Amino acid sequence: MNMQQVIKMTAAETALVDAYTAQLGDLPGNGAVLSLRDTLVHDLKTAGLPTRRVESWHYTDLRTLLRSVPAADPSAFSDRVEAVVTGSSVLSVRNGEADIKGLPDGVTARSYTESLIDGSAAAGLSVLGSDDAIGRINGGLVRGGLEIAVAEGVELEAPLELQVVQSRGQAHTRFPVSFGAGAKATVIERHLSTDAEPSFVSSVSDVTLAEGADIIWIILQQQGTADTHLGQIRFDLGRDAKLHLFVINAGGKLVRQEIHGRASGEGSDLTLRAINLLGGDSHTDVTFTLSHDVPHTTSSEIIRNVVFDRAKGVFQGKILVAKDAQKTDAKMACNTLLLSDDADLSAKPELEIFADDVQCGHGATVADIDHTQLFYLLSRGIPENKARAMLVNAFVAEIVEELEDDEALVEALEGVISAWLEKHA
Amino acid sequence: MLEIKNLHARIAEDGTEIIRGLDLTVKAGEVAAIMGPNGSGKSTLSYILSGREDYEVTEGDILYNGESILELDAAERAAKGIFLAFQYPVEIPGVATMQFLKVAMNEQRKYRGEDELSTPEFMRRVKEAAAELKIAPEMLRRPLNVGFSGGEKKRAEILQMALLEPKLCVLDETDSGLDIDALKVVADGVNSLRSPDRAVIVITHYQRLLDYIVPDTVHVLYRGQVVKSGDKTLAHELEAKGYADIIEAAA
Repeated sequence: MNMQQVIKMTAAETALVDAYTAQLGDLPGNGAVLSLRDTLVHDLKTAGLPTRRVESWHYTDLRTLLRSVPAADPSAFSDRVEAVVTGSSVLSVRNGEADIKGLPDGVTARSYTESLIDGSAAAGLSVLGSDDAIGRINGGLVRGGLEIAVAEGVELEAPLELQVVQSRGQAHTRFPVSFGAGAKATVIERHLSTDAEPSFVSSVSDVTLAEGADIIWIILQQQGTADTHLGQIRFDLGRDAKLHLFVINAGGKLVRQEIHGRASGEGSDLTLRAINLLGGDSHTDVTFTLSHDVPHTTSSEIIRNVVFDRAKGVFQGKILVAKDAQKTDAKMACNTLLLSDDADLSAKPELEIFADDVQCGHGATVADIDHTQLFYLLSRGIPENKARAMLVNAFVAEIVEELEDDEALVEALEGVISAWLEKHA
Repeated sequence: MLEIKNLHARIAEDGTEIIRGLDLTVKAGEVAAIMGPNGSGKSTLSYILSGREDYEVTEGDILYNGESILELDAAERAAKGIFLAFQYPVEIPGVATMQFLKVAMNEQRKYRGEDELSTPEFMRRVKEAAAELKIAPEMLRRPLNVGFSGGEKKRAEILQMALLEPKLCVLDETDSGLDIDALKVVADGVNSLRSPDRAVIVITHYQRLLDYIVPDTVHVLYRGQVVKSGDKTLAHELEAKGYADIIEAAA
């Protein structure tokens, strides 16, 4: 007999299932895609949203934290906004509709909706595991996105900005992006809200780097203070490929950004940098897994958290080194500035190493503003609020400056950070 | 310019009394040296003057241009013209030296109701003052005090002093860690700032610095009090005989 426990669905679970039912017949997809969607939503219904009893969601009990989900609202999409870095090529997705005007040479793009309709998207819709709630929600409800290919050897001068601007309702988007051998590009995946109305956003990026590709990928999350943002990026690094992945969380009420990568080509390298600017009553989770599958791969991860008010931050980082992945070099650090008594941060760095000739390490620090440094700035006539903002900014500026090769990019990101700090510090 | 009256102060955290009834007057245009053995309260006095919150004034007053400054925070005191050159300048990674200088200069100007400096005007002033103090432009491109040698840090303090144009300069053990050449550069920098409307308090353990920055008055601090005051000859006397006699006489 099936002893499955019957639990009452939460308001959010009901709303997500309802969103699916309400859009039946309207969600794009061929037979294979539609049956996959059905399975995903069925799984969501039976398993429910993950709770703290699911290990990978231990610090972000989504079932409790996600109180409600606004209904899908096709009118709830805002116009494009200016690119964060002047001169970027902007591609946008609104209500599932992709806008691919202004595509630079060497880049092809098509609407992900077409891939859903012709079924080529089916393989990518699978979840990463039974705990992949983001993959499940997104796969069930995704309406569109952008499928992008940067051709072999193409070097993009200006950044490519993938823009999703949401105001209310829901948005579920996907970005399958492939970089050909030797391609060089900066991509800014940008999620933002234009107002304070609650919205619910899920987004999955699926990125592959062929041999020798050298890519900067920035995830810039600037949702509103009532928004839920569930992001996921999956990536695969080919031989000698280099990915500099930079996550900035500067918004949202309930945020989880997952990063799941594989270093599957020898000589590949991941640089992960994350800046989490947390304030108000927000809850922000960055969960990272990287699997070093082959010998001679390297990775370095630095996470900087700035936590104000009653905000809560979570960082989970797991580096797996396969048995054959000798000479792996992996270093992970999570540093936090806790700026109020009620601010909170949970860090869980993990290493799982099956090879015996590797260099791996991790560390975590938590501190308050250094009072000697603060006094020094005050003693030069800099008022306290400004001095504090300078010190917090200094704490995160260091890792932005690593992008020094692109001055406009550094300036734009510094602008986002200082604008956030001016509002919150 | 500065009048300290019967000042008593303690460490806020544990209540240890450091300053015990200190009186001191420094006039505009004067260079006053404060000397004394280790632990006499010299550095504490400099922190209290500049408004460090780790110390609590329990009695007495500090008048600056006739007004009590006890209620002002460190930033307000700085904007009113009180400058402390730190014994150990603080390294702040992630804050660019130039940005720091510009913010400090402009925040002080804002407080006083003056217009902010234009970027070219700011650059001109920094370049000029840096050249005087033999500070290489590369040093100014680094984060604040990060990777500076001991001598570079002290010169950077004097550079800040020159740019901020304070009225009351407090130099806390500015000679410590300096070789003789660096000492001369720093002393020249201080001497060039001497003016009839500016007072300088030089806190030092040794007579050496006072050969280069010649004081008008010398005060000996012991157990949180000024136990003896005199002119520059007092410094020489101390150099020759040590503090023992004065301390004994005071006890």
